[in-house]
Amino acid sequence: MNSAASDSAPAPHAFDDDVPQHTLKILVAGGFGVGKTTLVGSVSEIRPLRTEEVLTDASAGVDDLHGVERKTTTTVAMDFGRLTFSGGVRLYLFGTPGQERFWFMWDQIAYGAVGAIVLVDTRRLSTSFASIDFFEQREIPFVVAANVFDGARGYTVDEIRDALDVDPHVPVMLCDVRRRETARDVLVALVEHAVQSSSPV
Amino acid sequence: MEKPRERWIGRDAGPIVRPYAVTRGRTRPRGLVVDLVTILVATGRTPGDRVWLSREQRRLLELCRRPSTPADLASETDLPFRVVQILLEDLHQYGLVEEMPQAEHGERPDRPDPRILMRVLDELRRL
Repeated sequence: MNSAASDSAPAPHAFDDDVPQHTLKILVAGGFGVGKTTLVGSVSEIRPLRTEEVLTDASAGVDDLHGVERKTTTTVAMDFGRLTFSGGVRLYLFGTPGQERFWFMWDQIAYGAVGAIVLVDTRRLSTSFASIDFFEQREIPFVVAANVFDGARGYTVDEIRDALDVDPHVPVMLCDVRRRETARDVLVALVEHAVQSSSPV
Repeated sequence: MEKPRERWIGRDAGPIVRPYAVTRGRTRPRGLVVDLVTILVATGRTPGDRVWLSREQRRLLELCRRPSTPADLASETDLPFRVVQILLEDLHQYGLVEEMPQAEHGERPDRPDPRILMRVLDELRRL
């Protein structure tokens, strides 16, 4: 592939479990405060990751830029988690903010990804419509997980599915992002859904 | 390992050296575009006489002696991902790092290999 590098020695770590052999990505989408960081932290080793966002006119009046008028870029922290499996398989989770101006990052994460978890707050379901459209349009497998907050009125999965108007084959589930088991169940549901989506019709 | 904290005057102020100074003015990579999870490894070649590497690039090259991904490298160096992406692309152009091929899969290169997904699923269920 790359002739300039073809004379290099074979990688000494080729069969070491500790070394990545296959990498997979999952995007965790959701609005501010919906529990992305908690979800990523519940199932994986969480690490800091920054990206650099160019502030455009579109964000004028949205961001409070008072006092930072001369700042031309802003730093966005992504939630970044990593799970290591046998055979050098690594699964990376990337949680990114839900606003449209972050969608350039979503595109980058979504390319080649297993799929996405759309984390929703049942008190603010309408804020999830745009993310659901995003994945539907790009045919990226996704699951909807409603984070059950303390004090939030209990909705059933069917009520949430109806309110969000997602296709019947899209898994919709409730979860408590603080609990490892329910967070894991969301990952399992997404990977299962992705396997089904990738099977020949 | 000790991180080069001296570049910072508090998170809100951002780095004193602007990211685009680190990348020498470039805002997007040319040539190889590394993904967040592309596996990269140092080729073991030594930089030629005419290749000048920044401190950040030398650090990334050092870290790439073990296969790693841009996401991991950005996290480890505390540099923004976009900056790391550009610096790695330079290292690739100089022949100092290369992409480690992952197993080829089916008709959809933009979708993960279902066999690997099945393996992950087994292990996830046991978590």
